[in-house]
Amino acid sequence: MTNLTRRTLMQGGTAIAAAGALTGPALLDFAKAWAQSAPWKPESGAQLSMLRWKYFVQSEDDAFVKIMDAFTKATGVPVTIARESYEDVQPKASVAANTGAGQDMFWGLYSLPFLFPEKVLDVSDVADYLGKKYGGWVASAQIYGKGTGGTHWIDIPVCYSGSLMNYRISSMQKAGFKEFPKTTEEFLAYATACKKNGTPGGFALGHASGDANAWAHWCLWAHGGNLVDKNDKVIINSPQTASALEFSKKLYEQMIPGVVSWNDASNNKAFLAGEIHWTDNGISIYVAAKKDPTKQEIAADMNHAYYPIGPAGKPTEFHLMYPLLAMKYTKYPNACKALMAFMLEADQFNAWLQASQGYLTHTLNAYDNNPVWTADPKTTPFRDVAKRTLTAGGLGSVGEKAATAISEFIIVDMFANYCTGRMDVKGAMAEAERQAKRIYRS
Amino acid sequence: MAQLTLNRPRPLPLARAAAAWDRLKVNRNWLGFWFMLPAAAILILFLAYPLGLGVWLSFTDARIGRSGAFVGLENYAWLSGDDVFWLSVFNTLLYTVVASAIKFAVGLYLALLLNENLPFKAILRAVVLIPFIVPTVLSAIAFWWIYDAQFSIVSWSLRHLGWIDSNINFLGDPWNARWSVIFANIWRGIPFVAITLLAGLQTVSPSLYEAATIDGASAWQRFRYITYPLLTPIIAVVMTFSVLFTFTDFQLIWVLTRGGPVNATHLMATLSYQRAILSGYLGEGSAIATAMIPFLLAAILVSWFGLQRRKWQQGEAND
Repeated sequence: MTNLTRRTLMQGGTAIAAAGALTGPALLDFAKAWAQSAPWKPESGAQLSMLRWKYFVQSEDDAFVKIMDAFTKATGVPVTIARESYEDVQPKASVAANTGAGQDMFWGLYSLPFLFPEKVLDVSDVADYLGKKYGGWVASAQIYGKGTGGTHWIDIPVCYSGSLMNYRISSMQKAGFKEFPKTTEEFLAYATACKKNGTPGGFALGHASGDANAWAHWCLWAHGGNLVDKNDKVIINSPQTASALEFSKKLYEQMIPGVVSWNDASNNKAFLAGEIHWTDNGISIYVAAKKDPTKQEIAADMNHAYYPIGPAGKPTEFHLMYPLLAMKYTKYPNACKALMAFMLEADQFNAWLQASQGYLTHTLNAYDNNPVWTADPKTTPFRDVAKRTLTAGGLGSVGEKAATAISEFIIVDMFANYCTGRMDVKGAMAEAERQAKRIYRS
Repeated sequence: MAQLTLNRPRPLPLARAAAAWDRLKVNRNWLGFWFMLPAAAILILFLAYPLGLGVWLSFTDARIGRSGAFVGLENYAWLSGDDVFWLSVFNTLLYTVVASAIKFAVGLYLALLLNENLPFKAILRAVVLIPFIVPTVLSAIAFWWIYDAQFSIVSWSLRHLGWIDSNINFLGDPWNARWSVIFANIWRGIPFVAITLLAGLQTVSPSLYEAATIDGASAWQRFRYITYPLLTPIIAVVMTFSVLFTFTDFQLIWVLTRGGPVNATHLMATLSYQRAILSGYLGEGSAIATAMIPFLLAAILVSWFGLQRRKWQQGEAND
């Protein structure tokens, strides 16, 4: 299996080299100049391999390949890229870290490097270099880069994939709202009015890794609930969690039937078919609607908004983070660092950010000025997701335990158990508490 | 000179060893062993070793990429108090029993039908096989659309006929979801049962039916006293396989529900995958997988001894 992948990879590498001919000379000139002055000089004979999450938009990957190609031309370091579904990067990286063999770099999800922090290259110099040059890192990125209270960076938190409220403007106005509700109370009133008007919405309550986790964590945090405290002690069984559950049930009653069976694709389909009028999602619904000539009406009538703020009184959103790490076992640590820095330099990163059409949000403040965020005002809310997001694990540490709790759907299932009437509030909280305690046992 | 010759080391033991080796190479009994060796090596390497490793992992707290420490029965103790695990056991048993029984009944009925002289017999037989030929993931995706909460063709049709007011919540309600996945499994599994039983039916000599007809046996009596007894060995094999396939089903559930809604359709196989691979708890996932073994053994034993107890099948007279 590995061999096959590698071979395919090598072919992929050739394709990358071929595609390089299409790259604009400007990018190459910059790349060459950059390589001359960069603080990291790749080792002679260096070659890199990277396993990254599989793209959602082709144009993003095309731009990424161009960056890799420019890097190769400027430094002479070939880069082979493998792609895996974002959930599958973690197991492969874990095996590589523990066997000391595999790709030099991994680009995965949430807190990947914290699964094996001692096996990962210290990239503090790269993070400092980029931070100084580009207006500093947002707070959440510092946590994903260094850990809570950490001192050195073990990954470069490249970008977020935002998940925000998607809604239809006309049905919102019909429901009596001039703008999208800003508080959870208003939001409930809005959802109730929408349902009454025959324009209901819905959040995925099935095992939808992205959408369900995003809204369930928002709802829990918005009411002051938390899975663990800052010492990783399980505190899910709390009055705050109970009020989050009560709220979710009221909201659930206003949703379209069937959300319990939804996966990540279901709300996209339902929204584009005009079946639902609000949901949580990345920018993909909007991008798909704009592309499809038959969906122009939906594209014109939809917009994005931040999640409403709950009793906690501050934004409690939860967005997907994609950290890029290099393994300590790599023979070419300087080449890895050079590549990381190169990727996030303005000349590359701006083009890449634009190519990703708003799916991905930067973590370096200077990129707030990227035209992708202002060319179409409907993408603007996604600009701020890095500043508004909380980190995996909430108050607790980012790391393996937080990642496991998410992949086990502990929070999602707790809400689903109560909303569907399978369990009462106490039962649902006790079930989540029991599972969480096993994950967080020391 | 003569002395020298006598003192030379005698090559005899070597010759004897060579002879023993030669004998091992040609001895009939050993020859059988040699021929079995490659097959045994494959079985040990690809079946026994992974199985043994799985069982061993279930006694450790191994995580992906990290060999764990031996923890004895800790994983099993945790699972014994885990509602989701017991729910998955219940789901798996329900899924297997209901789906296998219906697959057997409908499959047998289809086989009997196809064994009659129908027009377009060859085409009909080929058509019956279609669900079995289509890759599971593809048919599962088709069912995913059929069961979709918003776009289900079934809901749409019934709504347009005016029979229902709102869409059927196929995969969102625990019991609806269970019956839905069971139906999909039955749809997919029937051809295997039907075609294999049909093959069995064709081995039954027509002269037996002729004799029975002359004796005035009814259609039911012909089935009960000729077809059924002669078909039992095939039924035993088919049902053993069918039960095993159903019990260990994974793809269908994973594509349709991923174990949802709220774990109502988690089978032991899907739960094991989720815990072992997605969450990284290899030890616990292995324990769930290992817990499937007794059920599977029981299923095999029931099929074997329950359906094959007739002595004539071992070449003896019937009681």
